[in-house]
Amino acid sequence: MTLAAAQHGFLSPTGVEIAFLLVGLATFGAALVTVTTRQLVHAALWLVVTLGGLAVEYLLLTAEFIAWVQVLIYVGSVVVLLLFGLMLTRAPIGRSPDADSGNRWAALAVAVASAAALVWVVVDAFRTTWIDLDGAAAGTTKVTGESLFQNWVLPFEALSVLLLAALVGAIVLSRKAKADAATAAQAREPRGEQAAEEGAR
Amino acid sequence: MNDAVDVALRLLIVFAVFLTFPLIVGQTEHKVMAHMQGRLGPMYAGGFHGWAQLVADGVKFAQKEDVVPAGADRRIFQLAPAVALLPYLLVLLAVPIGPGEGAVGQVLDAGIFFVLAVMGVGVLGSLMAGWASANKFSLLGGLRTAAQLLAYELPMLLAAASVAMAAGTVSLTGILDAFHWWWLPWQIVGAIVFFVAGLAELQRPPFDMPVADSEIIFGAYTEYTGLRFALFLLAEYAGIIVLCGLTTVLFLGGWHGPWGADGLGWVWTLLKAAVLAFVVIWLRVTYPRLREDQLQKLSWTLLVPLSLAQIALTGIVKVVIS
Repeated sequence: MTLAAAQHGFLSPTGVEIAFLLVGLATFGAALVTVTTRQLVHAALWLVVTLGGLAVEYLLLTAEFIAWVQVLIYVGSVVVLLLFGLMLTRAPIGRSPDADSGNRWAALAVAVASAAALVWVVVDAFRTTWIDLDGAAAGTTKVTGESLFQNWVLPFEALSVLLLAALVGAIVLSRKAKADAATAAQAREPRGEQAAEEGAR
Repeated sequence: MNDAVDVALRLLIVFAVFLTFPLIVGQTEHKVMAHMQGRLGPMYAGGFHGWAQLVADGVKFAQKEDVVPAGADRRIFQLAPAVALLPYLLVLLAVPIGPGEGAVGQVLDAGIFFVLAVMGVGVLGSLMAGWASANKFSLLGGLRTAAQLLAYELPMLLAAASVAMAAGTVSLTGILDAFHWWWLPWQIVGAIVFFVAGLAELQRPPFDMPVADSEIIFGAYTEYTGLRFALFLLAEYAGIIVLCGLTTVLFLGGWHGPWGADGLGWVWTLLKAAVLAFVVIWLRVTYPRLREDQLQKLSWTLLVPLSLAQIALTGIVKVVIS
């Protein structure tokens, strides 16, 4: 490990490392704007920049497959869903006066704590591991797939079961809400007729 | 050849294709639609059968005033056309038109994921335009766009996944290398699902509910004028090129052909894509617009099950032959 560290000075300024740092800074900035802006839709669009920046970071770490999946799932679907929800409910142009939460200090504490935990884990796990950019890419689809289906099958399957359960749960919840609405409508109807009759009298 | 020159040349060619092919498809649409409806279409611009009509249209668009509504969110309103158009330019980079590494803008290890991911980003442009216009019709158009994307992204991905399973790779060049003619009947259901879902994602008729001009006045693009509106139109036609190119590469064997695949492979690719583009235009003239609920129903109750069945079939055949 010390040998590796001696070969690569900490943050030796190769082009890729400089690009990685700059993109990281831009991503961090976009993330800050996302949580501080008072305009709801702008926050969602800054989230696009943040998630896209993360995808670029994955690319720079040679994890091409992960990067495109990041764009496909997060930028292409999650943010579209988010914007859809915003537009369907309320998305005024300009500032929303109530777009601020009283919990922001608690949220900040949680964010800093989770960031510290993640950084700690990553630093502890990789320390002075360097990616060899000149050799075969270490994050190709083939490598990712092999490690996923050889070393991480159990977590993968557990996650898929969890997602399936969430899917079934969502269907059950939406059907229950529908049934409730139907019974409520039935309960309301006779009263409505009575009121109409009274009104007619 | 020098690396930098090579990269520059590739980018230049892709950019030239990006600028000219959509115009060719647009002009073909003018003429084909006209003749299918018993008209002549443009006849005067440029002299010979109105070949320069779209050039004239472009000049007209460039001369128009660029209006931003007073109530609009200025910056997002102005940014939206670029967000809608650029993804298609990026996708074109990854579509191989001939055998070998010389006939593709950039060989990507996870090509399928790249093209599908970046195509999905283009829809953000319509969403941004719909919201930032501060117009109820535009907002409705944006909402419909989002609903349509969410419904049709899934069958499109599943159909593409079926081809990736068949080829054992997610690289577009790798899929073409693995292609055999009998993949065509094997993957035909997936091909149809992919093409239909792609049409819906591009909001082409009969899936043009988000831009329904007779109902919500071109949806998200209601407030756009001049060049920015032209950019949205260009995005639509570039989308047709990309969709036809991708369907060709994934399902129709790209540069494979009965003969001449070595030297003239790119001709096969272009020919197949051109036939598909003609089908896109044909469908527009043939079918009336689907209603919003019919749109959602088609995707969730027909295309998704079909694509799942295709994946099951692909898996069974793959296990049997290996």
